[in-house]
Amino acid sequence: MPGLTNSPGAAIDVARKQGNTRPGMEKFGIGQAVRRREDERFLTGAGRYIDDQHFANLTHGAVVRSPHAHARIVSIDTGEAEAAPGVVAVITPDVYFAQGFGPIPAMTAIDGIVEGTLNHPPRHALADATVRYVGEPVVFVVAETKFKALAAAELVTVGYEELPAVVDLAHTLDADSPMIWPEAGSNLAFRFEKGDAAGVEAAFEGAAHRVTLDLVNNRIAPMAIEPRGVVGEYDAESGTLTLNVSGQAVHAQRNQMAAAVFKVEPDSMRVVAGDVGGGFGAKNFVYPENILVMLAAKLTGRPVKWISERSEAFLSEVHARDHVTRAELAVDAEGRFLALSVDTIANMGSCLSTMGPVVPTAASWVSMGGTYVVPNIHMSVRAAYTNTMPVDAYRGAGRPEAAYIMERLVDAAAFDLGIDPVEIRRRNFVRDYPYSMPLGLTIDCGDFSGTFEAAAEAIGLDGFDGRRAASEARGRARGIGLSSYLEVTLGMPSEAMELRFESDDTVTILAGTHSTGQGHETAYAQIVHETLGVPFDRIGFRQGDTAAIAVGGGHGGSRSLKIGGSTLLRSAQSVREKGRAAAVHILDAAADDIEFADGLFAVRGTNRRIGLFELERAVREAGDLPETVAPTLTTVGRFERERHSFPNGCHIAEVDVDPETGDVDLLAYVIADDFGRIVNPLIAAGQARGGAVQGIGQALLEGVVYEPGSGQLFTGSLMDYALPRADTVPDLPVGFNEAAPTDTNPLGVKGAGEAGATGAPAAIVNAVLDALKPHGVRHLDMPLTPEKVWRALLQG
Amino acid sequence: MSQIHVSTTLNGDPVEYLCEPDETLLDVLRDRLGLTGSKEGCGSGDCGACSVTVDGRLVCSCLVLGAEAQDREIETIEGVAQGENLHPLQQKILDHAALQCGVCTPGFIVAAKALLERNPDPSETEVRYWLAGNLCRCTGYDKIVRAVMDAAQEMRGA
Ligand code: FES
Ligand code: FES
Repeated sequence: MPGLTNSPGAAIDVARKQGNTRPGMEKFGIGQAVRRREDERFLTGAGRYIDDQHFANLTHGAVVRSPHAHARIVSIDTGEAEAAPGVVAVITPDVYFAQGFGPIPAMTAIDGIVEGTLNHPPRHALADATVRYVGEPVVFVVAETKFKALAAAELVTVGYEELPAVVDLAHTLDADSPMIWPEAGSNLAFRFEKGDAAGVEAAFEGAAHRVTLDLVNNRIAPMAIEPRGVVGEYDAESGTLTLNVSGQAVHAQRNQMAAAVFKVEPDSMRVVAGDVGGGFGAKNFVYPENILVMLAAKLTGRPVKWISERSEAFLSEVHARDHVTRAELAVDAEGRFLALSVDTIANMGSCLSTMGPVVPTAASWVSMGGTYVVPNIHMSVRAAYTNTMPVDAYRGAGRPEAAYIMERLVDAAAFDLGIDPVEIRRRNFVRDYPYSMPLGLTIDCGDFSGTFEAAAEAIGLDGFDGRRAASEARGRARGIGLSSYLEVTLGMPSEAMELRFESDDTVTILAGTHSTGQGHETAYAQIVHETLGVPFDRIGFRQGDTAAIAVGGGHGGSRSLKIGGSTLLRSAQSVREKGRAAAVHILDAAADDIEFADGLFAVRGTNRRIGLFELERAVREAGDLPETVAPTLTTVGRFERERHSFPNGCHIAEVDVDPETGDVDLLAYVIADDFGRIVNPLIAAGQARGGAVQGIGQALLEGVVYEPGSGQLFTGSLMDYALPRADTVPDLPVGFNEAAPTDTNPLGVKGAGEAGATGAPAAIVNAVLDALKPHGVRHLDMPLTPEKVWRALLQG
Repeated sequence: MSQIHVSTTLNGDPVEYLCEPDETLLDVLRDRLGLTGSKEGCGSGDCGACSVTVDGRLVCSCLVLGAEAQDREIETIEGVAQGENLHPLQQKILDHAALQCGVCTPGFIVAAKALLERNPDPSETEVRYWLAGNLCRCTGYDKIVRAVMDAAQEMRGA
């Protein structure tokens, strides 16, 4: 297939071949489909997730949550609960606020905020006199068992005076809307502007066409299969608070809680994560329960565990997306894009979660305009409060919203102008790199059209008309949907990665990044193996413990391989250079004569040689070393992002719609991705597919629904909130375009984690709308449930 | 309430335990018997992470009472590998990297094993429908389905 080094399906073939490889035949370097080292423990049930770990003398916590979307707390009676069997402690707001803790911090220092009435309303682990969403924690009960804690929580009586609530994003900024933070004077959290408004306006005035689209990016729930969970511990002697967490950003959590909430030195707090059963961003953040278990441990002197029930996860884990947008595209007479105007209201929920304000702003403008030449862009965002669970980052965070706007708008333009969606894309792709985007970033490289054509060929775009006719003959409507997405790798911009030489001739990677299933244990070891020739089974891996790892940027923004992997590569290269200097000394040779290959330093033309581990031991044990030789090869490498990199690609979906029922059958789906250099195709393809199915879920099934007025959560279980299942999706062939290598980082990677969720929603929606086009349907909002599609067909 | 004494067979071995009358089999396995391979993803029968077999029948252990295990044969993820030797399903899932965070994986393996015991030659559609009771948020299912098909083929040949 033109442009692709792996055709879609190749990753699967690689996997098959890998399965037949005999032990000892495997290659472990960069680019190899190395089997994941972490998997054996997972396959046998030996993974150690938070709820699998043993803690002596453990107690269990349960949260009493607000049943109201908005109410004043008038009384709290914990008498019965305190007297209930097995109850160890009851933490009321009175107890909590007596601690003098500060509010949970959120990131509000964002360039482009032009108006902010109450940037950061105080959010505490327990409600302070007013509850602002259903599920807000009010009281924390600790007991000898989970069931005793839950039973006692039922006995807590809270008196409420209900207040009017607003959950509807489209109306929360109305003048007569109930106010969530009256101190702010409105429900506007802040307003954000980016781009040249006057230039965009001028472009629209001179344009042949103005394409307008009102769309909703639906509120969804992250729903990792392992629910959130925490165990708090307190060591009275040292005064150390420990949080064991199913989480993804241990250093950030520790630093935020230590500085802002507990007001202690970071050293007196430890955050540690074992195996984590998925997170997708949602487990990055400081949650009320994380604070409560530590406080409870301190007050009771015993470890305290809280594990989210699934229904609690819907109430108390951050939600995502939830934007209402008017997007407009100025198009010239030839179908070329002239300007893009985006006006969004973004739901923050009842207050600001850690990265909530960043998602619709700093994490979204970076990719606005997508893979096309759009000379002028202006973006305006109003972030609004509602009586709902706070909204925060979830796989893609801001970039899926930008991609959805652009890819839907392009199809709307094709619809309005009567141009084929394929043709209008071909006319507008960025083809000259580097390309300076009007909002400020520069795309260093890419092959957008090549990647697009590869995907088109893989799905058999040319034969689509025949397939459509065959569907129509069966009374079905068939559609094909294109989505050429642009992503930008974000997250914490710097990292430190240690390569520590151990006394048993192994080397340990101490990673400040965090894998919750992304296979770092394997991909990182490939980098070390490739650079240092160390046998794969001599490379250890450690992450997720602030006591063992000094600093870390954690998880987020598809950063790990780009930032963490590049840092590790630097560490390994520096080990090699230190080793070379040591070899000069130990082998008593001239620097120019030292060769390094397969983990051995050798003196050219002689049989004098020494292995890396032997060399490390020699320098460590040597008494007097010259200044040129480091006393150990253990190295902490550093890397800081200077330029952004741009994962991109094309998703194409083909669907069949049953006009009788509105049911959408996803028949075929192909993904062509440009992630830069591929370190492990098995892992990269897994990221692409997993992300895509999350995006497919958003497009077809998922939607968090609060009842207007009451603010009650309708979608509070997996029966009400539909996740994609094995029968929802077809095969998902993935191919990689490695034709546009990036030099934005030493590893040459672009990032893979969020791309799937970024590309998928528009591909699905465009496909369904393509099927409905003969019925005159121009736009529908996600999720495209059978009922919604059926109603559109009835009206169409 | 007094506890109930239960005698059962677990992964081929006789086991006895005391449990509360309202305690689920999942809690018994995890909290009393130390078998934490079965996971709780929902507690309501919606995710399949807690899959075990009872007398060969695939069930959600979060929906079965510990007391119901009396005189039954219970199989869990811990009994799937034979010592050091992975079951073909486990091996194929490993080969395909058909897992990411791994928390759903024990449930998928137990469910797929139950499928292959009753249908050694399933079509892809049959695999997808059978596994539709198991949620995975990470993989997109593609590689899991492929691994099960591959394992079925290998087991038929063996
Ligand atoms: S925990 Fe039993 S089905 Fe989810
Ligand atoms: S691998 Fe994470 S839920 Fe399946």
